Formats: sequence, structure tokens, C-alpha cells
Amino acid sequence: MKLEDLQKIALTEHEYRSTYKYRINVCCGSVCSNRGALNVLKELETVAKDTGVEKFCKISQAGCIGICSSGPLILIEPGDYIYEKVTVEKVKYIVNEHILNGRPVKELLYKNSESFKKQCRIVLKNSGKINPYRIEDYIAVGGYSALAKVLTQMTPEQVIYEITVSGLRGRGGAYFPTGKKLNFVAKATNKPKYIVVNFDEGDPAVFANRVIAESNPHLIIEGAMIAAYAIGAEHGYMYVRSEYPLAIRILKNAIEQAKNYGLIGKNAFNSTFDFDLELRVGAGSYVVGEETAILASIEGKRGMPRPRPPYPAVSGLFGKPTLINNVETLANIPIIITNGGKWFSEIGAQDFSGTKCITLTGKVNNPGVAEVATNITLYEIIYDIGGGVTVGQKFKTVFLGCPSGNFLREDQLNQTISDLVKAGVIIGSGGIMVIDDETCIVEMVKTLNSFFIDESCGLCVPCRAGLPQVRMLLNKISDGEGSVEDMKTLEELCNLIKDTSLCGLGQSAPNPVLSSLKQFREEYLAHILEKRCPAGRCNLKTTEVLEDGCTSS
Amino acid sequence: MSTYPKTVTDKRLFLIDKTIAAHGYRRDALLEILHVAHNTYGYLDKALLLHISEMLNIPPSQVYGVATFYKHFRLKPCPHTVAVCLGTACRLMGSQKILSEIEREFNVKCNEVSENMTLYLSSVYHIGQCATAPNIIVDGKVVGNATVEEAVNRIRQVLKGEEF
Repeated sequence: MKLEDLQKIALTEHEYRSTYKYRINVCCGSVCSNRGALNVLKELETVAKDTGVEKFCKISQAGCIGICSSGPLILIEPGDYIYEKVTVEKVKYIVNEHILNGRPVKELLYKNSESFKKQCRIVLKNSGKINPYRIEDYIAVGGYSALAKVLTQMTPEQVIYEITVSGLRGRGGAYFPTGKKLNFVAKATNKPKYIVVNFDEGDPAVFANRVIAESNPHLIIEGAMIAAYAIGAEHGYMYVRSEYPLAIRILKNAIEQAKNYGLIGKNAFNSTFDFDLELRVGAGSYVVGEETAILASIEGKRGMPRPRPPYPAVSGLFGKPTLINNVETLANIPIIITNGGKWFSEIGAQDFSGTKCITLTGKVNNPGVAEVATNITLYEIIYDIGGGVTVGQKFKTVFLGCPSGNFLREDQLNQTISDLVKAGVIIGSGGIMVIDDETCIVEMVKTLNSFFIDESCGLCVPCRAGLPQVRMLLNKISDGEGSVEDMKTLEELCNLIKDTSLCGLGQSAPNPVLSSLKQFREEYLAHILEKRCPAGRCNLKTTEVLEDGCTSS
Repeated sequence: MSTYPKTVTDKRLFLIDKTIAAHGYRRDALLEILHVAHNTYGYLDKALLLHISEMLNIPPSQVYGVATFYKHFRLKPCPHTVAVCLGTACRLMGSQKILSEIEREFNVKCNEVSENMTLYLSSVYHIGQCATAPNIIVDGKVVGNATVEEAVNRIRQVLKGEEF
């Protein structure tokens, strides 16, 4: 592939696009296709043929937009009209009214389209508007031009400088400055070097990376290639979790296409850069998302973490220097290269620039993925983007950074994402879960705890043996047999696990317990002292006094 | 010792051997090969694991260790699988109740094969479709916004051999 070839593809694609007036994008992400999006697509094609609109209207499948609960979705350009819950029956009406008569059908449009105005979509800019199975669609919107720029005009040092200037931080949850990380690996002298794309998005209630991969897979590949060039890696692995079969299919296809076009391979754009990217599929283990465990898994071993140092930047995959980055981090890189680091640093908050893809779930009207600038408050996210708490339910708390995050009360919602990160509040990979007053906090913490017990790899004692002890104490409390002393023990135990565990899983597993003990102390005390569950969920063993004076349990 | 002598002409085994050769007999490809084996046979039995261990020259204990470490792999055959998502979002929307109802209705325990060897029930953490919580997966098909009745009906359907 030469630079001219890339421009030629883009030009041909633009010419083709100018031949039609409308473009109907049918979301075929994993949720929408489960709900019958493929039938809608077929029906659209038939109707377009019958009515003759196919001459000036392009019908294409597209990737996930992020508002999956309203699926199946179709997005009509120009104007970005999103129709929600489209069924086969509605297709004819929409085509007739919108395309033939030029009148968008207001009552079928996505109700909360205002929420898009509050977002700042740069990574998800083309999500839902391009066909993830076609590399040409991506090239038409400027895809791979950042890679071309890097390979033809920039040195690796310049790439790292640009990313450092941008202030990009790792989006996986640790928020480590990406420029610094690239620099560490670039400076390592041992060869060969590797790059690992961490797409083991195991955090429950988070699916932002799936949205990126299902809607714009080439963005990730391009980002990985630029990062590989910057550190001098020739081989990359993309580790995808097996629970995302559609994302695997799309990424496999995307890698294949990039290879066919000579982007992945030898001497792309006449440079000296050789690169190969391999897809590795996970097999259902949460701990593999940890950076040393993912390396073990790629090496074909049990996905267990190891102590650091040595850090992967020094000794990673097969003992060689390795850069491990999250999908969202890498997806930001082509955008930074195209627009410049300075441009990126001006988005969002000052010392935590850019955007964050957040996943809104729980008792909220519009659950889904949204991309927001880092200077947005939680209140705006929940009420303006999420449409507020589900009708008929009362807001209780927000659980941030599921599963190992913190609970926040209503009066803490006026903080911005960057405030939270700076204050050390764990926002993890961006999961925001709204919890209503019918949910018992103790019960919720118990379910989170049992998740960690199931997913603990069993290597270190604090995590393997400590977490079941936490469960025992929590069970005691929720059964109504706990004491105030137990709360103290729980706190001590949690701090111990936090301080002594080997990897991130054990270190962060006690967070929800500690946070709930701090924020919802009265709820624990209600279980212990009053033998009462405020949410009415726990079956407490109470002692009631019978009329004849006898007691029975 | 492998119980699959190389003279046996099992097409599925041939496919696995081909995959192993395509990976250059590299040990780090173990997980990839287990995936192919699991997809072709539907489960991983001990003889198959022994065969893979021999082909890749990895101790059987290590192959078994990997096969049991990852939840995706099943070591027993079963025609139908049901997985209930117990991710936090699904739990918040009541997936635990669905799981226990399925256990009761079909007399099967989580992560086990039912007595009549027709149904394998498992739990899964997070399938990335939290917007339609609670989710269950019946024979590979995701049922979003599932209710107890719907889950039970779907399972009855597949057990009868009907598609949905």
C-alpha cells in the first residue's frame, strides 16, 4: 500500500457516496442483531428495491451505536436521525415518509436524542455510520491516514512526543500516562518487542470496548500499529474475550482486510516498518484482564498474574519488552496523530484531557454507552444522558467503576470525572451503575464479593482465603446475626486484603465493601441492631415475641 | 499415552492436527488449539487433551490445568447448554432468580450437566449486553430482558428440539 493508493480508495469511495442522497445505517451490533436487526436490514433492501429508492439511497449495515436498550436501531444520514425499536412492519412506513416524502417520522425517532448533544464523541464519532466489515468505509472517513502520516513523516520519538503532549492516560482503569508508558518500552533495548491490545473487557456492566470494536475495528488496529511503530515492535497480539463472538468475527475480518491491503505486513507506505497482528481469543476468565495475567494467557498458560517488577515494559511477553494497552486508549491514538496532541489536550479537563467512554447501566431510563468529555459531572451523565432514574423508582446511590469501585451518594454527583480520578476515586473502566432504593447494599456487596471469589485465580492467600472470610461476615450480617464488632473485623480484613494481595483483582476486590461501610453505615447497622433490611430484600432471622409470651425463631 | 492412534481417520481430529501444525507446534498456541478442539467436539474429553499434550509436547497436567482454569471449556458432552449472566447489571435486574428457577425446574445444578445428560447449566459473568439485562444464553442465542417464564419456555423448546 502506498499513500497514493490510500487517497485513491478514499476518493473512489467519496465519489460513490456522492451518487446517493440518503444513507440508511442499520445497527447490526450484538444486541440489535439479537433483536432482529438482520430481518430489518433484509426488509429495508426489499422495500428499497420495490419503491425504487435504492437509486439514491444506500442501505448499509453498521456497528453498535451504544444505546442498545432501544434496539434495533437505524440511523439515517443526512441529519443523523435515529429510529428506535424498528420492526419489519415499520420499515415500509419509515422509507415512505422519510426517504420518499422527506418527512422524518417523529413518533418513531429515538426519544432521548438530546443526550447526544451532551456527549463528546471522538472515538465513537463514526460508530453506527460506517460498515465495520468494509475497510473502504473506514478509509473514506480518513482512516489509516494517521498511520500514513506517522510512517512517512514522523520519527518514533515524534509520535511519543505528540502522545505525551496530548496528556492521554490509559483508559483501562489505572489512568497511567500513555506517553510515559510508550517511552518506557521504546527505551528498552531487548528485542524483539511486542504490543498487546487488551480487549479482555471483563468488568461486569461495562461494554464500551465492545461498542468500539463492533462499530469501528480498524480504529483499534490503526492505533495499535502507530503505537507499535513508536516503540519499535514488529509483532502484536490482540486478546479478545470469548464472550464477544461478534466482535471477534469483525476484528478477524478487519485484520484480514488490512493484511490484504498491505497495511499490516511488510513496508506499509514504503517505510521500513514491518508489522504482524495476531488475534487471540480468551476463554472466560476475569483475572486475565490484569496485565501480567494476559501475558500468561497469550503464552498458552493458565491466566495467572505474577509479581511486578519486572514490569512488562522491561520483561513481558516471552520475557521481552511489551506494551499493553486498552482498546479505548489505542483508539484515541490515530485521532491524536491526525489532530495533534495540543488539540486533544484542550478537550475536557486540564490535567485529565480527552474523553471517556462510560457505560450507564442499572435503574436508569436510557442505559448504554456514551462518550463524554472528562469535565462533565456525574449528575449530567445520569440525568441528561441517561434520562434519569427509571420511572417509579427512587435514586439511592451510584456504583462507580463496577465491579471494584465506590458507592457515591446523591450529594456527590456534582463532581466531574477528572475530579473523581484526581481524588483517587476508582472509576475503573467507566461503568456507572444507578441503584434504586429497592436494592439492599449489603446484598449488592455480597454479589460483588462472590464474583471476586469465583474469579480469584487462587494464587495468593489474601485473595483466595480472605475473600471467603469477607463473604462469611457479610452473610452473617445479612442473616441478622452480625454484631457491630463484625463490621470492625470486616473493615480490618478488607484493608489487609487490599494491602497484601498480589494483583489488581485482590487489591481492588475489597473496595465495594469498604466504600459501602463508609457510605451506608446506617444500612449495615439496621441489619445488625434492628434486624431489619431497609430495602426489604434480606431474609433476616428475627426473634418475635408470641402472644402467649413464648419466643420462637 | 494417546488413545487416538494416528491411523484413526477422524476428520475432526485431522482438523485439530492441522491447526496444531499451522501454529508450528508452538506451545503458546495451546489456548487457540483448545478453542478449535472445543468448537469441533463440543467438549474436551481426557483422551483429546492427552492427544493435544502429546502433539505440543506439554505435560498432560499442564494441558488439563489450562482446560479447567478457563470457564469457557466444558469437559463433559451435552447437547444443550444454557448460561445465565450473573454480571452485576444482570443480577441487579434479577438474573439470580432466573438461575435458581431453572435449577429447580429442570433439576440441574449450576455448572453441572443434568442427570439425563441433556442440559448443561452454567453461569457467565458479563457478555457485554448489559443494556438488555437480564440476559441468558440458550444454545448460543442470547435472550435479552429475560423473565423466568420466558427462560423456562425457551429451554423447554430447545429440549424438544425446536428452534426459536
